[in-house]
Amino acid sequence: MADASNVDAFVEFERVQKSYDGENLVVKDLNLTMPKGEFLTMLGPSGSGKTTCLMMLAGFETATHGDIRLGGTSINNIPPHKRGIGMVFQNYALFPHMTIAENLSFPLEVRKMGKSEREAKVKRALDMVEMGAFGGRRPSQLSGGQQQRVALARALVFEPELVLMDEPLGALDKQLREKMQFEITHLAHSLGITVVYVTHDQTEALTMSDRVAVFDDGRIQQIAPPDQLYESPDNSFVAQFIGENNTLEGTVKEINNGIALVQLDDGELIDCKPVNVSRPGERTRVSIRPERVEYNKERLQEGVHTLKAEVLEFIYMGDIFRTRLRVAGNDEFIIKTRNAPDQVRLQPGQQIEIGWLPEDCRALDA
Amino acid sequence: MSALPPYATTGQRAWYYSFRVICGLVFFFLIAPIVVIIPLSFNAQDFFTFTPEMLRLDPEGYSLKHYRDFFSNDSWQSAMWNSLKIAPMATIVSVTFGTLAAIGLSQPHVPFRRAIMAILISPMIVPLIISAAGMYFFYSRIGLQGTYVGVVLAHAALGIPFVIITVTATLVGFDRSLTRAAANMGADPVTTFFRVQMPLILPGVISGGLFAFITSFDEVVVVLFVGSAGQKTLPWQMFIGLREQISPTILAVATLLVAISIMLLATVEMLRRRSERLRGMSPS
Repeated sequence: MADASNVDAFVEFERVQKSYDGENLVVKDLNLTMPKGEFLTMLGPSGSGKTTCLMMLAGFETATHGDIRLGGTSINNIPPHKRGIGMVFQNYALFPHMTIAENLSFPLEVRKMGKSEREAKVKRALDMVEMGAFGGRRPSQLSGGQQQRVALARALVFEPELVLMDEPLGALDKQLREKMQFEITHLAHSLGITVVYVTHDQTEALTMSDRVAVFDDGRIQQIAPPDQLYESPDNSFVAQFIGENNTLEGTVKEINNGIALVQLDDGELIDCKPVNVSRPGERTRVSIRPERVEYNKERLQEGVHTLKAEVLEFIYMGDIFRTRLRVAGNDEFIIKTRNAPDQVRLQPGQQIEIGWLPEDCRALDA
Repeated sequence: MSALPPYATTGQRAWYYSFRVICGLVFFFLIAPIVVIIPLSFNAQDFFTFTPEMLRLDPEGYSLKHYRDFFSNDSWQSAMWNSLKIAPMATIVSVTFGTLAAIGLSQPHVPFRRAIMAILISPMIVPLIISAAGMYFFYSRIGLQGTYVGVVLAHAALGIPFVIITVTATLVGFDRSLTRAAANMGADPVTTFFRVQMPLILPGVISGGLFAFITSFDEVVVVLFVGSAGQKTLPWQMFIGLREQISPTILAVATLLVAISIMLLATVEMLRRRSERLRGMSPS
């Protein structure tokens, strides 16, 4: 994570708090630093404070405490229309009484730009999102995906350095969404703009972002690049929220050479990487990804602790097999295996032994 | 209009027909008094009744003399000009303040907005004679009684509730993210209002303005109290005409007013539909 006094910082939140009613904090102590050109996604369940943060950055909400800085200057007292930040709204917010070209021309007109320059910029922005032929139409004559492209072009046409996106793909169908995810990241990187993207869709967050900030309960639980977030979650909320995850509960027995020996509640022992446990006797929730579980004895490391498991269900999913096991009293233990030619298909009722590399198994907060 | 299903009971059949009879009666009582004055206004005699010639459809029984009287008589002409001077001005004042009030009262953070709304709408609910008497005493104190400005203000107060109600109704469907989007793109609040909000609520503003205009144009009670001879409007003149010099000219005027009202309503409604269609807001 970047330091708060970083000179390269473009967007900064410093100890920001927000309360709507003066009692309950929606955002509690938010600290965030973004360098220029970064694509940052705010991910979290609804009510986690991510949209409030975006609205504070846009200027539609004011921070109750703390400082928000853009390019080094505090923007707490700057009204939204003077911030020069582009924004794509969840429902696109295209002006229904204007044509597409007029919609795009609007931010340029309020900047008192000349007519010929305006027309050139509008044309370039529409071509950029492949909507050049639709300038004369009205928003109601376009499909959802086309409106989405226009909204994107309108947020970019006045060349803001920072663009905010509030769940912009939420209303599109799956295929279109995936296509637009790619196009938005591509555009953002080729234009070199800084993007703050809000979503509750973790796939979107993982595939699009340079860094993801996971929000819960008004705080950033973890901010990291997608691979780090998925593979090394800092706490059990992040582990549960991002991707599929198996949890087992137990108590730390000892910590040696960076490996924690955890005794599960049914008495079995496993090796884990201690993440936020530090001393024996602490309660912990152990997290392991379904695709990191190994049941082929030949591939298991020598001397590693293994667990007994009973196969409950085998689901064929084409590219992968999904098997549900009972492990240490947990009936929802999932393992995923690739559909490779040498892969063993497990049968319900089969008794197996499972294990993993200690670094894939993370001992988190209880 | 669905036909009766084959399984309808006798009671349902009876209701099916009596419902239509009741509807017909409602329309008859609403429209007949208006329709009946139209042929009467072409009466060749100075009577308020159908003459035997008229009933025979004899062209001799009909004439335009009452219309000629209206357009040549000085007191009718000055009344018409007074109405035409007062109603548009009152409409402009009502629309301006009514629209601003509706926008302000639709903001969720305004305190006591229900109470304020109730006060602003009260001229519609309070008996007119009470408003009129109140205005008479109030305007006399501040020197507005018997002036053009006084009548315009009084009529504007009567028209504002209509504007507030129609504009508030259009604002319910107004997407607040549009004004946010405008601000985000660099438009200050005033630009946002005129370029984004106003064009979108215009149908409601026009309807409200029409109601305000008709209110002022038809109003007789308040103008009798607040106005003086210099502000004698058409309805006032008609009122005098009925009481003092029972002349069928008022039938001609009434016919003209009905025609103007219908034309005005139809034009504005057409304009409103056209603008809604252009904005792509109506489902049709």
